[in-house]
Amino acid sequence: MSPLPDLIFEISRDGKTAHGLGASHVQAEPAIDPGLRRAGIADFPQVSEVEIVRHYMALARLNYSLDQGLYPLGSCTMKYNPKINEKLAGSEDFQAHPYTPRELVQGNLEIMARLEEWLLALTGMAGFTCAPAAGAHGEFTGMLVIRKYLQDKGDPRRVVLIPDSAHGTNPSSAHFAGYEIREVPSNGEGIIDVDGLRPFLKDDVAALMMTNPNTLGIFEKNITAIADALHGNGSLLYMDGANLNALLGIVRPGDLGVDVMHINLHKTFATPHGGGGPGSGPVGVAAHLLPYLPVPRVVKQGGAYEIVYDAPHSIGRIKNFYGQFLVMVRALAYLCSLGRENVRRVAEDAVLNANYIRKKLQDVLDLPYPTATMHEVVFSDKNLPVKTLDIAKRLLDYGLHPFTIYFPLIVHGAMMIEPTETESKETLDEFIAVMNKILVEAREQPELLLQAPHQTPVRRLDETLAARQPVLKWRKGENL
Amino acid sequence: MRFLPLTDAAREEIKKAIGIKDSKELFKSIPADKSFFDLAALPSALSEPELIAEFKALGRKNSFQEYLSFLGAGAYAHFIPEVVAYLSAKGEFVTPYTPYQPEVSQGNLQAIFEYQTMMTMLTGLDVANASLYDGATAVAEAVLLAVRKSGRQRVLLADSLHPETMAVVRTYTQNLPIELATVAVNEADGRVDLADLTSKLNDQTAALVFQSPNFLGVVEDSAALAQAAHQQRAYAVQAVTEAMSLAYLRPAADFAVDVVAGEAQSFGLSLGFGGPYLGFMTAREEFLRQMPGRIVGQTKDLDGKRGYVLTLSTREQHIKREKATSNICSNEAWCALRAGMYLATMGKDGLALAARDSHLHAAYFVAKAAKLKRVKVVYTKNFYNEVLLEIRKGTAEAFLATLKKKKILAGVPLSWFYPAVGNRVLLAFSEVQRCADIDRLLLAMGEHS
Repeated sequence: MSPLPDLIFEISRDGKTAHGLGASHVQAEPAIDPGLRRAGIADFPQVSEVEIVRHYMALARLNYSLDQGLYPLGSCTMKYNPKINEKLAGSEDFQAHPYTPRELVQGNLEIMARLEEWLLALTGMAGFTCAPAAGAHGEFTGMLVIRKYLQDKGDPRRVVLIPDSAHGTNPSSAHFAGYEIREVPSNGEGIIDVDGLRPFLKDDVAALMMTNPNTLGIFEKNITAIADALHGNGSLLYMDGANLNALLGIVRPGDLGVDVMHINLHKTFATPHGGGGPGSGPVGVAAHLLPYLPVPRVVKQGGAYEIVYDAPHSIGRIKNFYGQFLVMVRALAYLCSLGRENVRRVAEDAVLNANYIRKKLQDVLDLPYPTATMHEVVFSDKNLPVKTLDIAKRLLDYGLHPFTIYFPLIVHGAMMIEPTETESKETLDEFIAVMNKILVEAREQPELLLQAPHQTPVRRLDETLAARQPVLKWRKGENL
Repeated sequence: MRFLPLTDAAREEIKKAIGIKDSKELFKSIPADKSFFDLAALPSALSEPELIAEFKALGRKNSFQEYLSFLGAGAYAHFIPEVVAYLSAKGEFVTPYTPYQPEVSQGNLQAIFEYQTMMTMLTGLDVANASLYDGATAVAEAVLLAVRKSGRQRVLLADSLHPETMAVVRTYTQNLPIELATVAVNEADGRVDLADLTSKLNDQTAALVFQSPNFLGVVEDSAALAQAAHQQRAYAVQAVTEAMSLAYLRPAADFAVDVVAGEAQSFGLSLGFGGPYLGFMTAREEFLRQMPGRIVGQTKDLDGKRGYVLTLSTREQHIKREKATSNICSNEAWCALRAGMYLATMGKDGLALAARDSHLHAAYFVAKAAKLKRVKVVYTKNFYNEVLLEIRKGTAEAFLATLKKKKILAGVPLSWFYPAVGNRVLLAFSEVQRCADIDRLLLAMGEHS
């Protein structure tokens, strides 16, 4: 295995340069106090173009990516990203300045409007904002909408209920919106039932924030009854739609009594995740919440698209400009490619694939919740001679990316596997075979797993050291 | 369907293996009366050539490409070296997820570590995070950071913050026990009014948030502002919308600024109609454990080799849940990686050159504009690359409309943000303009006079 490349600072040499910028022909004197200007940037890189290319190509080789193979990270929906989408989003045609006069960017505005139409059709909500920058940003936006709505009704409430299986972002987003969190336990089936919920329904409850399908990969089958119970209590139902992939073309959350939801364009609609972003987290609301959506909004006025800022009840602005526009381009391109013929097929194949893995691994791994699974399945490391982490690290030796580990928190040593619809049966069979091989190794030579990975450029990294003695930047002559 | 590799035969095999006859059985837990809704109204699938044609047609509905642009006000056109576009488009960088498994993510982790290092070099501060959503949310996060760290609830916002940043800060804090107050700008020099500032600072103030260069294009006297804040033991937080200025102006640390947060779109990201962009935050070391967002740290592996991991995650939402320092999960990792590529490619000299020429182009315009009758430059010194222009007769909108007919987008009217200000325009300059472009603008403005 090749070692890690030197840092860009370590290959830097005075006098080298990789940019091809010529100096300006404009003749002018600086118009700023000399005391405000800097002399230079000490230790900043000086590298030639060929060295830049080789440096980053060396780094590229050290990354596992979806283009290389299976990426079954549960709850992350790492599906294949069609290459044409990248080309379209990168087109010069769309790289307008955000303050360009509206009549010169009608194409961009139409893209935003058409994406919203698709989202409305697929979710059954009454309106959408594409402004939020990521799923968690959407959660925060949705919580602000709920809060403003209840305040305007003269019934401000303090509490948001969140199931114990929720994403960590849910309680965090609700908290930043000013709410107190109360955790609701899921039942033996891994879901919320109305009887379990009822004791929590006090008159200070603003909303329940439910992930559906939930983080166990299970559809919350009591959702309509839960929505009724909440509404009867004057509370709202927020649906974390991060796992919408399983429901695409199957059911519209709006038909189930959901008041507010967010979706993750980058997950469900195949935008590459870029090492952890950018994402995009549009928020959909039911009709009574429309006035509270953030500004600005794109609307059609007299045959042309316009951006409007005037909304007296709006929660306000949550981001610069209009959201992650280039992610919207990719999402619309993906939806246009799928069309009505394939939208439902996405969910069907994703769920078929997850159930296939469940069926093939449930004899060798503990399945804590036997409830029917949707797009992902969660196993535990109960009864195994090694831990989940060891299996994950051993998978790396076989050239596969591991599943999500130790999540959801309510499952001991959780292994959360989401194959998505863009994996072939052959790939799944290979994954299943490798898992079986690793489980044999775990019994026969557990040391092999405890020391894994063996084939990666670096081996188990000391995360405790990194946190106790943080080294967060290169310093001349000081780093390892 | 090329994104769906299961064949009909494979689907049958899977159904058989899991013991169902019809795929509909997979969705039995969904209320039957609500499921399998009618899709007929949705558009039909497009082939790849049809898709390309469709988006070409959408592109043709845009006509901004024909215009010479001096638009700025928070988003800036800068030259992007081809090598940055080429490398950042590699599937190995575009298609991984958050580096939860560091052993197979060292490429991204090292690249972000390098990015963090360069951002600290540019600001002079101790630590940088690995990205936030954008400049406005980064400033909102900095406000929350200052409140957490100080235990105080009052935050002063300079009136010369980008109005969208101001709006986002208000949205972020609307339900939290945080008191916001604004500080006036001195009309004479376009800088924060020190008298107004000192009258509003008190021992309950967590931070003063000011932008430099500010929304009127003027570079603030950061030293005076930080000193005033520190006298009340409040933090000085500098917002930045034009990150290129960091390479031309003295670093914030020289003026004892505590936190610099803002937008780094200028570092190699296309205008993209407003996003995705790159929020950044750098701070003095004492803020480290309160900082929002992800951070990459150096460590050792089992064999003692150097390696990198996401670190200090005990601050984060997946561990601390409602007690976390922020709710951020997906961020702008690829944008940060690309910014790192851009900075390394431009290097010490290239960055200094682009930053200097951005200023000199603005300075050239300001010197020449003095001869124009119809307009007046409001602040003729201590601007960086943005210039505030006053139209002597008529409205800014009418003035801009006339120039638009000559295929020039001559700036952003302030009336978009401050309806009472009808005759001011903000123009932005950068290294991408040629001398002839600026002359064309000046000529058009002269003809207009």
